Amino acid sequence: MEATIEIPKKQKKIPYHLLTGAEAAATAMQQVNPDVVSVYPITPQTPIIQTFSKYVADGKATTEIINVESEHSAMSAAVGAATAGARTMTATASQGLALMIEVVYIASSMRLPIVMAIGNRALSGPINIHCDHSDSMLARDSGAVQIFVENAQEAYDFMVMASRLAENEKVLLPVMICQDGFTITHTAEPVTLLDDKVVQDFVGDYKIPYPLLNLDKVTTQGPFDMPDYYFEHKRQQQDAMESFPEALDKITGEYAKITNRTYGAIESYKLDDAERAIVVLGSTAGTVKDIVDELRETGEKVGVLKIRSFRPFPDEKIRTILTGLKSVAVFDRAMSFGSHGPLFSEVSRALYGSGVKLSNYIYGLGGRDLFPADIKKIYEELKQPSLQNDMRYIGLRS
Amino acid sequence: MPELKKFQELPVGGTVVWDQTVQPKTGGWRTGLKPTVNLSKCVNCLLCWVNCPDTAVLADNTTFKGFDYDYCKGCQLCAEVCPTNAIEMVDEAETVPALGRIGGEKYGSND
Repeated sequence: MEATIEIPKKQKKIPYHLLTGAEAAATAMQQVNPDVVSVYPITPQTPIIQTFSKYVADGKATTEIINVESEHSAMSAAVGAATAGARTMTATASQGLALMIEVVYIASSMRLPIVMAIGNRALSGPINIHCDHSDSMLARDSGAVQIFVENAQEAYDFMVMASRLAENEKVLLPVMICQDGFTITHTAEPVTLLDDKVVQDFVGDYKIPYPLLNLDKVTTQGPFDMPDYYFEHKRQQQDAMESFPEALDKITGEYAKITNRTYGAIESYKLDDAERAIVVLGSTAGTVKDIVDELRETGEKVGVLKIRSFRPFPDEKIRTILTGLKSVAVFDRAMSFGSHGPLFSEVSRALYGSGVKLSNYIYGLGGRDLFPADIKKIYEELKQPSLQNDMRYIGLRS
Repeated sequence: MPELKKFQELPVGGTVVWDQTVQPKTGGWRTGLKPTVNLSKCVNCLLCWVNCPDTAVLADNTTFKGFDYDYCKGCQLCAEVCPTNAIEMVDEAETVPALGRIGGEKYGSND
């Protein structure tokens, strides 16, 4: 007896790929095809370099991967490669970033455009592998640009743009693309990818102003400074940071033309007529947006401000968008013991004198879940004007 | 002393670009003795050139030329490694010919 087999009609090609944030970042790296990637594995970054290493092993990228014995060495090798004139990337998380820190400061002071993929994870101790932002906040003053992404798509898009951002002639700084550990790195989502050729054309050739290996133009790099020059060189780093927003506008503008996805230093969600808002970094923005949609249906005038560019911090943009709101809650997924959360301190400075009532909420440390009910409760608390400069903890047993 | 530049005028990242920088003549750090050479004893082995921790031993390709006092710190390594004792350390105040060549015109002539 013959079975009747129904042959499905030819399926329409789906323009999405199911990728985790780590795979999305690794795919961007494969398409950018940097000259050198020096790296040491650490949870939750490991799937980034694991996926990328597979691409290299399969011949889909020609990158020289340097497997080193620690993150200090990974960053040091990256400094060497970038100084020589190679387009260089690395990736890390948590303790790895902590171990890199000394060399991150050196990379930014030597103005080396090293792209760093970060899978945000809590710092020890107690040892913990889950997400918070304490690792990136440790690098806050290192002179590296810090971009926080919300999902796998943004992780991909910013890893494609990162080399251009870092290598902009007025910027020339390490650029950290920070994605929340596990929440983004290990969660599969639909991601739209560009063709390899499109990425290659977008990124273009790498032209460092003074490659160390150029013997026709001999240079000394990373030398000693006496008190008569150190100050001037540090001031140049501030100049580089101040040049970043213009580079970001230019490069995201070009990127929007090929992708129809527009990115900026901040993302404002339903803030036009809002009275209350939450300011947040990273993946949590997605959850808060869902709650805003729910509350909007019941007539609540609420919104979200997502900060993508934490360094440089977009003061003017934030002031413009939040001035006029009644109250704002700033969510911090890291602590600065003895002070308020780092994001709160920045927003508070940016809004100084604006009359907006601010409160600080610490949440999600060491991967503690943040629930929709918590967010709804905070939008409710924002109705009370007594919250000015309060610091509260979400989901903490006390 | 050159005029100190403003931050806007300096190459970024502390990079020292060869042709945009005043060359520091670090030989001024030298105290005590300076090297001289008697070419008639020199066998052109270039051990002094190899061992000089700075760039104070001058050579034209493979031919030893003498000393560059603008960069010599007076460490005496060259005199120490010289197998024929052609290099002699003399007092800083002593006037010596160019390149520190105090005797002989031809290598190893023993004249």
